[in-house]
Amino acid sequence: MIKYIFRRIVMLIPVILGVTFIVFSLMYITPGDPARLVLGESAPDEAVQQLREEMGLNKPFLVQYGNYIKNLVVNRDIGISYVTKRPVMQEILSAFPATVKLAGLSIFFAIIIGIPIGIISAVKKYSFFDNISMIFALIGISMPVFWLGLLLILLFSVKLKVLPASGFSSFKDMILPAVSLGAQSVAVITRMTRSSMLEVIRQDYIRTARAKGQKEKVVILKHSLGNALIPIITSIGLQFGGLLGGAVLTESIFSIPGIGRLMVESIKMRDFPVVQGSVLFIAISFSIVNLLVDLLYAYVDPRIRSQYS
Amino acid sequence: MESNKVIENKKAKKKRNSQLSDTWLRLRKDKLALVGLTILVILIFVAIFADFIAPYKYDAQDLSNILQAPSSEHIFGTDEFGRDIFSRVVYGSRISLQVGFIAVSIAVIIGGFLGAVAGYYSGKIDNFIMRAMDILLSIPQILLAISIVAALGNGLTNLMIAVGISSIPQYARIVRAAVISIKNEEFVEAAKATGSGDLRIIFKHILPNCLAPIIVQATLGVALAILTAAGLSFIGLGIQPPTPEWGAMLSGGRGYIRDYSYMTLFPGLAIVITIFALNVLGDGLRDALDPKLKN
Repeated sequence: MIKYIFRRIVMLIPVILGVTFIVFSLMYITPGDPARLVLGESAPDEAVQQLREEMGLNKPFLVQYGNYIKNLVVNRDIGISYVTKRPVMQEILSAFPATVKLAGLSIFFAIIIGIPIGIISAVKKYSFFDNISMIFALIGISMPVFWLGLLLILLFSVKLKVLPASGFSSFKDMILPAVSLGAQSVAVITRMTRSSMLEVIRQDYIRTARAKGQKEKVVILKHSLGNALIPIITSIGLQFGGLLGGAVLTESIFSIPGIGRLMVESIKMRDFPVVQGSVLFIAISFSIVNLLVDLLYAYVDPRIRSQYS
Repeated sequence: MESNKVIENKKAKKKRNSQLSDTWLRLRKDKLALVGLTILVILIFVAIFADFIAPYKYDAQDLSNILQAPSSEHIFGTDEFGRDIFSRVVYGSRISLQVGFIAVSIAVIIGGFLGAVAGYYSGKIDNFIMRAMDILLSIPQILLAISIVAALGNGLTNLMIAVGISSIPQYARIVRAAVISIKNEEFVEAAKATGSGDLRIIFKHILPNCLAPIIVQATLGVALAILTAAGLSFIGLGIQPPTPEWGAMLSGGRGYIRDYSYMTLFPGLAIVITIFALNVLGDGLRDALDPKLKN
């Protein structure tokens, strides 16, 4: 098992290198001279030229990329923000906790709502409850996160005045952002739980469990859910990518100072080192979450565990 | 001889037709999918005939009539420049469908080609292509699209390219899996034996036989592409005013949400209806094209 974990971590390295390459290339082809951006439009040409020299912008692409990687690995330095002049790493680390909090709460919300509804829908297949929840799930999947956010603000902040439309310090502030970001995941997890449970419930071992007189609650929650978990966990893991991406939109609606908003603001101000760093950071976090999900499989499924032990 | 050939041709045609009509028969039983298909057809109709349906031009300003609530004259109301929101939503369907279909076409063509090559040749080429796809997949789609738009600049064309490129890995994966599953079938071997070249085998024999998963993914993909594009425009990185894009309209209405909430209501509703239609149609097509999957 440890060997497997180690191998998976080693496999992350080429992925991270690849992401840095893509992000670096994209920023490289972006029109506009970084030295000019740092110094401003009115700066004299000689000063810009000198700064280009200092920043290594006159060097060939691959040399620049190599320097970027070297700085990243050796000094954990991914550049200085053109706007605030602070290290990009610092900017990102101060924005990251808000995003983690938002994504974490959203996925928690999605799990505690989605799995129970999915189970009930599967157990009471084609019932009124099942039909209604499946229609809601379909609507949930079709709902853009930014529109839901606006509707929630309209209802709970503007009309009912019970929840704030922005801020992120208290739990109350986080309710609307987490619900709007998590709604789509609720829908996906509900559908996945239902179909996975339906698949399992038909199996012989469930009939056996019932035949030996096991309580229905145990049959459903232990025998069925336990075996239906793998696809559900997969869909939860996949949701994380969407959540980290969706956070960009949610954060800008609810003015949450997370990494998504940092990124959007930086694009608007052409602060490319920060954009580069943010994408890199989110991609790495996403890869780590995927790794954790894969490890979780081994934890819930003895068949997978036995392959690696 | 001649007549035999004609009969065989007819048979082949009939078989293809029956496959198509089987799918259609199964799809027809799925009421939700039919609802989706109907909505989609209406939307395409609205997009094509927007000039005749919209009562005003999408950029026609009427400064004496700004921020009017829905009325018989402006059924969805007017925005901060006095533009008719209904007309803008109607013209918006053109933009959204265009972005959705073109972005997915880009992704299907490039992703499909890469996936087919990877699946057919396997080995080193496969490994190289699929690892590259893994790297792209490790960046959440909307972030990848944002980065590409940031590099290329705003605008409709760049938005379509960005959304298209960011969806490539999904299609590469699906096509690769489909190609692997049928590349050892007898008809492929027969084609090889008769001396067909690799490209001919891939495009003429293999790809037509794995269309089903591609069609399903593409239908759902159009929905995702429209959502991504609207999201980008919403944060100000996609289509710029005065072009009537639904996401951009929502973004514009955001500042007026307290007093003029109808400005955010209708463009959002248009997005939800479109995405809903594509999603249920995609689900229905999946069941209809591959009945084995449905339990």
